[in-house]
Amino acid sequence: MMSTTPAPINPSSSAPAGEGLYAITSSRVHMPGQNGNGTAKREAGKPRPSDALPNATLIKWLRDMILIREFENRCAQAYQQAKIGGFCHLYIGQEALAVGTINSLNHDDPIVTAYRDHGHALARGMSARACMAEMFGKSAGCAKGKGGSMHMFDKPNWNFGGHGIVGAQTPLGAGLAFAAKYELEVMKRSVDGGPAKKKVALAYLGDGALNQGALHEAMNLAGLWGLPVIFVVENNRYSMGTAIERGTTMAHDLKQKAVAYGMEGVHIDGMDIRNIYDEFKPLVDRCRENSRPAFVDLLTYRYQGHSMSDPQKYRAKDEVEMFKSRDSIALLEQHLLTERKCVTEADVDKIVAECKAIAADSADFAESAPIPAAEELFSDVYAEIVPNLSPAATYVHGEKNPLL
Amino acid sequence: MPQLTLVQAINSALDQEMARDPRVVCLGEDVGLNGGVFRVTEGLQKKYGADRVIDTPLSESGIMGSSIGLAMGGMRPIPEIQFEGFMGPAYDQLVNHAARFRNRTRGSMTVPLTVRVPWGGGIHAPEFHSDSPEAIYIHNPGLKVLCPSTPSDAKGLLLAAIRDPDPVIFFEPKRVYRSFREEVSDEDYTIPIGKAKLVSEGADITVITWGAMVFQCLEALDKHVPEDASVELIDLRTLHPMDTDAFIESVNKTGRAVVVQEAPKTCGLASEITTIIQEHCFLNLKAPVQRVCGFDVVMPYAKLELDYLPDAKRIAEAIMQTLAY
Repeated sequence: MMSTTPAPINPSSSAPAGEGLYAITSSRVHMPGQNGNGTAKREAGKPRPSDALPNATLIKWLRDMILIREFENRCAQAYQQAKIGGFCHLYIGQEALAVGTINSLNHDDPIVTAYRDHGHALARGMSARACMAEMFGKSAGCAKGKGGSMHMFDKPNWNFGGHGIVGAQTPLGAGLAFAAKYELEVMKRSVDGGPAKKKVALAYLGDGALNQGALHEAMNLAGLWGLPVIFVVENNRYSMGTAIERGTTMAHDLKQKAVAYGMEGVHIDGMDIRNIYDEFKPLVDRCRENSRPAFVDLLTYRYQGHSMSDPQKYRAKDEVEMFKSRDSIALLEQHLLTERKCVTEADVDKIVAECKAIAADSADFAESAPIPAAEELFSDVYAEIVPNLSPAATYVHGEKNPLL
Repeated sequence: MPQLTLVQAINSALDQEMARDPRVVCLGEDVGLNGGVFRVTEGLQKKYGADRVIDTPLSESGIMGSSIGLAMGGMRPIPEIQFEGFMGPAYDQLVNHAARFRNRTRGSMTVPLTVRVPWGGGIHAPEFHSDSPEAIYIHNPGLKVLCPSTPSDAKGLLLAAIRDPDPVIFFEPKRVYRSFREEVSDEDYTIPIGKAKLVSEGADITVITWGAMVFQCLEALDKHVPEDASVELIDLRTLHPMDTDAFIESVNKTGRAVVVQEAPKTCGLASEITTIIQEHCFLNLKAPVQRVCGFDVVMPYAKLELDYLPDAKRIAEAIMQTLAY
């Protein structure tokens, strides 16, 4: 017999009605705005931080989100044409999350993420061409075509990678925050000789990674050592085909997981990019200033399957439609059209057309880029070619082995 | 020159490098206040502070993962894993991250970390406190694997490892930690990674080994092999990338070889060395290559330990059989 009381299967029986962003009842989800239970418990009439941002900034966000969506649409097409090998995890539906959180950072704040990483790469400034060529396995890709869809690395843009092992990237995020803190407090300069800066690292993870040990070790170290890292849960409610409440304790109130690690935990509605900025930017500023970690349950939704081959038996069509009715791009577009009145329908159409063209160009570029040379097989394994790396390199005696 | 044990030589290398390079950070379970489970980091926290010699929780995945993040962020972390058997939780980080980032990022991101790991049997401890898992890590491209057997080699190789641009696993044979002292230079010196050491020169047979087994081989030559047998003994020191030239040239000269390892026989590094010998020395071989290894069993506890580990007698028997073939 278990001596502890198991968490109730139906969280609604333990959670006060309306607590948390999603009030989960069986497998159904109610969105904020529908039932009045949003996290943005703002006082009526109180200005939102994002209201102070210039129009150009919000138009840029819109453009970044549309680019991700059009890029991903083009990826889906390329995958179906068998141009992309292996696996491909699309970001469609989650665009506000990457764009909103990344735009709450400084450019030299390091980030790591998981395998659904194209959106972060683009939002951080990787060219669509390098990103698409990587997926096509071409040498012009960000990793010479050796990494593929799950491995978007971009050092100049402080993107320390998409990572394919679920949850394993989170200690790296803690380590990157550690390096920044070490520069500031111990070396009192940056490793390249410049002044040390107060930085914040973001470690993105999916809700499926909540149950991986690596995350809990990383959170404990971050809490213990006061590392400025924010664990950003991209909670799209499914770890592949398993709904969050079927695999994760306290699914109705994930921020409680932060309590045990001595860090601030917050829920944020991730479909509304203005709301992300309003809630996330002050958190980033606090973590930066106080050198503290935080844990964010950022609620989002992916419209496509987990990967390109997903029958999606685990969710109802009307659930997908419900989220699409609060689509992040449409929400921001509506705000800019009707509230800020800073763009016209024609402006938006133009942005969409430009992003479609960039996506199409990236695929054309990837298609025509050269495949890696066979010698690339041996490059970048070690700093130098080691003798037993290549069969050719071991024949130092001038005798060709007749068996090989 | 001071007479140092292996433990003291490693401590001296860490001390010198921490003084030279502010990017060097030591972290691990009890490495600070307590000086490490084998006292290898004794005194370093007092000298360099708790910001640079960091006590961690029992958290190997977190230690390794955050060390990799530190390395990607420009530092030179030296995580210690208390025993080789505790590398299990860190395996994912080491193999799927540290070993592969150079490749995965077209060389733009590297992981220059040195994992220090007390390794091997001979201290009467049970399994996962006495294992020799080097083959597992050698098998994974991207990692360098060292296993020095003497204090002076340990210091020079550790300094080379810390300065190496790639991730290095530095296995420290526990059995040798305090077994003897030798003169170790105070100077800053490195020993190149990938170079074996000729321990004794000979003409009739080549014995290839590493770690604590070097001393079992020396005992075999000293006590059990007749003086007229001329034995060439090679201490690999670096297990990957291996100095294949050293033993290929030697076996082409002697025509006979015995490979000695602590690890279980099947799929160990000795198997790989044996294969390389037959690939490169086939027409010069006068006898089949013999392996003297641990058995394919779980590393046994205290009283059975010496029945498991190759000893001078078993090694000598293999040498004599190979010579008589």
